[in-house]
Amino acid sequence: MSPHLLEVRNLSVEFHTLHGQVKAVQGVSFHLDPGETLVILGESGSGKSVSASAVMNLIDMPPGEITSGEVLYRGKSLLEMPSEERRAINGARIAMIFQDPLAHLNPVYSVGWQIIEMMTTHGMPSDQAKRRAIELLGRVGIPDPEVRMKAYPHQFSGGQRQRLMIAMALALKPDILIADEPTTALDVTVQAQILALLKELQLETGMGLLLITHDLGVVAEVADNVVVMNAGEIVETGPAAEVYANPQHPYTKRLIAAAPGSGEMAEPLAASGQPLLRLENVTKNFGTIEALKDVSLTVMPGEIVAIVGESGSGKSTLAKTLLRLEEPTSGAAFYNGRDLFQMSPKELFGIRREIQMVFQDPTQSLNPRMSVYELISEAWAIHPEILPKVKWRDRVAELLELVGLSADHARRYPHQFSGGQRQRIAIARVLALEPKLVVCDEAVSALDVSIQAQVIDLLEGLRNEFGLSYIFIAHDLPVVRDFADRVVVMQQGRIVEEGTVREIFETPRDDYTRALLAASLDPDPAVQAKRRAARLEMEAARP
Amino acid sequence: MTDTAQIPDNAMHKSPNALAQTVRMLWHDKIALVAVVFLIIVMFCAIFGPSLLDDAATKQNLRGRNSPPFDLAKGWLFVLGGDALGRPLLARIIVASTNTIMVATGAVLFSMVIGSTLGLIAGYTKTRASQIILRLADVIMSFPSLLLAVIVLYMLSPSVTNIIIVLAITRIPIYLRTTRAEVLEIRERMFVQAARVMGASDVRIIFRHILPMVFPTLLTIATLDFAFVMLAESALSFLGIGIQPPEITWGLMVSQGRPYLTNAWWLSFWPGLAIILTTLSLNLVSNWMRVALDPVQRWRLEIKGKKQ
Repeated sequence: MSPHLLEVRNLSVEFHTLHGQVKAVQGVSFHLDPGETLVILGESGSGKSVSASAVMNLIDMPPGEITSGEVLYRGKSLLEMPSEERRAINGARIAMIFQDPLAHLNPVYSVGWQIIEMMTTHGMPSDQAKRRAIELLGRVGIPDPEVRMKAYPHQFSGGQRQRLMIAMALALKPDILIADEPTTALDVTVQAQILALLKELQLETGMGLLLITHDLGVVAEVADNVVVMNAGEIVETGPAAEVYANPQHPYTKRLIAAAPGSGEMAEPLAASGQPLLRLENVTKNFGTIEALKDVSLTVMPGEIVAIVGESGSGKSTLAKTLLRLEEPTSGAAFYNGRDLFQMSPKELFGIRREIQMVFQDPTQSLNPRMSVYELISEAWAIHPEILPKVKWRDRVAELLELVGLSADHARRYPHQFSGGQRQRIAIARVLALEPKLVVCDEAVSALDVSIQAQVIDLLEGLRNEFGLSYIFIAHDLPVVRDFADRVVVMQQGRIVEEGTVREIFETPRDDYTRALLAASLDPDPAVQAKRRAARLEMEAARP
Repeated sequence: MTDTAQIPDNAMHKSPNALAQTVRMLWHDKIALVAVVFLIIVMFCAIFGPSLLDDAATKQNLRGRNSPPFDLAKGWLFVLGGDALGRPLLARIIVASTNTIMVATGAVLFSMVIGSTLGLIAGYTKTRASQIILRLADVIMSFPSLLLAVIVLYMLSPSVTNIIIVLAITRIPIYLRTTRAEVLEIRERMFVQAARVMGASDVRIIFRHILPMVFPTLLTIATLDFAFVMLAESALSFLGIGIQPPEITWGLMVSQGRPYLTNAWWLSFWPGLAIILTTLSLNLVSNWMRVALDPVQRWRLEIKGKKQ
């Protein structure tokens, strides 16, 4: 039997920290064959990236240490190899692409230069390298490759940068491509394109693809085999379709159950009474760029309105304008019949507490120098009419318990919590103001899937208990499908479609909505295979 | 990657008393503790020194001219030796600490308060005022600070107050520019936006959210500046436009001992050592404070205590 293309045997990696040894990876084994796509699936801290870094010799040692195991490339041990021999393999035989391509492209050199340099350092004559670079750029779908060769990384979009990284990785025709969360930072439609490109290239070259992700949808789209990791250990491994259909380990079961997009869709609310918020023709220009164009929408009391769109669609600008963090160019926003945009700062102050916002990244939205108690009670320091000071301590405890934390967390600081817990603190702080409308700007997109589900449950529970309304801004369609009452789809500052969840997800009218839905990834490999076929058909139908 | 939620923080929970907690964190960092003790001694000397030792420090004893240190025959005050007029160096260093500390503290505090206030205004507002403030700082910076001091003190009488004011003015741009740069970055951070959404006033945002983030940097600069100001003051004194004898400062003592360096090194050495130790202690304390004031870093001091 010939050896596997890549084999990792019983790998353990430890990190030496001030708190003693941290076992990042324990006894991990997997293997990859030519033409195979192996996906390592896991949440943050599961050790999936560390495993791949060990293959590429990217672990900082110290503090890291490979305590046991072997990494074999075509039967040769990479860990015991002299470093010169290993450098010849890294990059040339085993290539890697990363989540954030901008951080891995040098901003002061043109992209063509960088791709050519990559080939010439491995011994290719420069005129040949140049021809190959142009060919590669064309292959990964960069229009006008000869002209764009001379452009710099910042002149490309996020998706194009990832294409550049792929071109660079493939320059030397590697046998193995390791992709660490290659599409996490990208929009759904772009994600679908990049994954399709990877698949095509794999068919052409017959390379083995090792892909690391936290997204079940990505697994369903590309994986032949999947390795599920949790807390540094492999909990399950097998063909992707089988693992999804018949998970064995409780962790895998939980992960699949937590995946959004499979729940019941909300029935439309019975329209009744006055809308809580009515936006009329809101327009916002930054210089000559129209970030928002004639946006109109209404939010009823107790309603969850999702705003969906890709980056640059103006959804975050809409939230900021609504909260008067940005001044609108024109338009009106009637909150309980009064125009928010015409209010003086003093009037606005009274309204502030009723319209609140949960930000995307709780690490940044909580002041790191304030304790949880200070963070939450600041709401009452700003609006003293809500609560007299003697009751602050009790109310903080109450709020913390309401969001699923415990009362003695009040004395801690934000860095002592995990991402999900921090977002709960941010929600508790919002609740302290007793708002009527909460704007959630990508409030769950930075969280792991299982945590995401918990936070969504919390938000929904609060809606039912206190009759809150939400404007839920997201790029992630499955989450929206489970959570929202009504969906607004935005593209380039305009609303292209608006309707109930059922209307949008089952009978979308606009082309863009349809493209978005087709690009979003379902965790079920069977569903995803059908969707992929439908997408190809749609593309073929287009001129 | 790191799960910071697991960091033990029980030490912090045992006592809500802020003072006790501070003392405990200081106890865990022995070097900072020594520095604090030294600074307390210096402060004590500065406050009570003149009233206790003024006579001894000014009485000439020509038979003890340049008497060497570690000789107790002339009494314990001569343990560090005597100066060119036979005055005991130990007593003079203690008495001189008053003026030295007063000038340095005054100038540093004055420039820090004015500089950071102007920096906050310049960074937080986008109005014409911020432009004017910045150009003003440019003007001060484009002028060599000692030259400015020389000109001003040449025209005004060289009193302690005037020296403080002149030194402070020349140091203002340092604080101003640092503060402004940090404020520009911090005001765009998410938690400042979050506070704004809650309805927080500008005053609240500045004092509750921005200033605490800038403060550790300012403190570090201030301690470094402390040494600079002490030396600048001695340079001015050396030129004869700073503190005038019979008033004394450490810097003045260093420059007075300079002609005797070859045969009586101790005249300059001891006051120089006092300057070094004071600034070193300030640096160590500011380093400790930077960690102690930062909730993210504070555990370093708590953990250390646990191991001991």
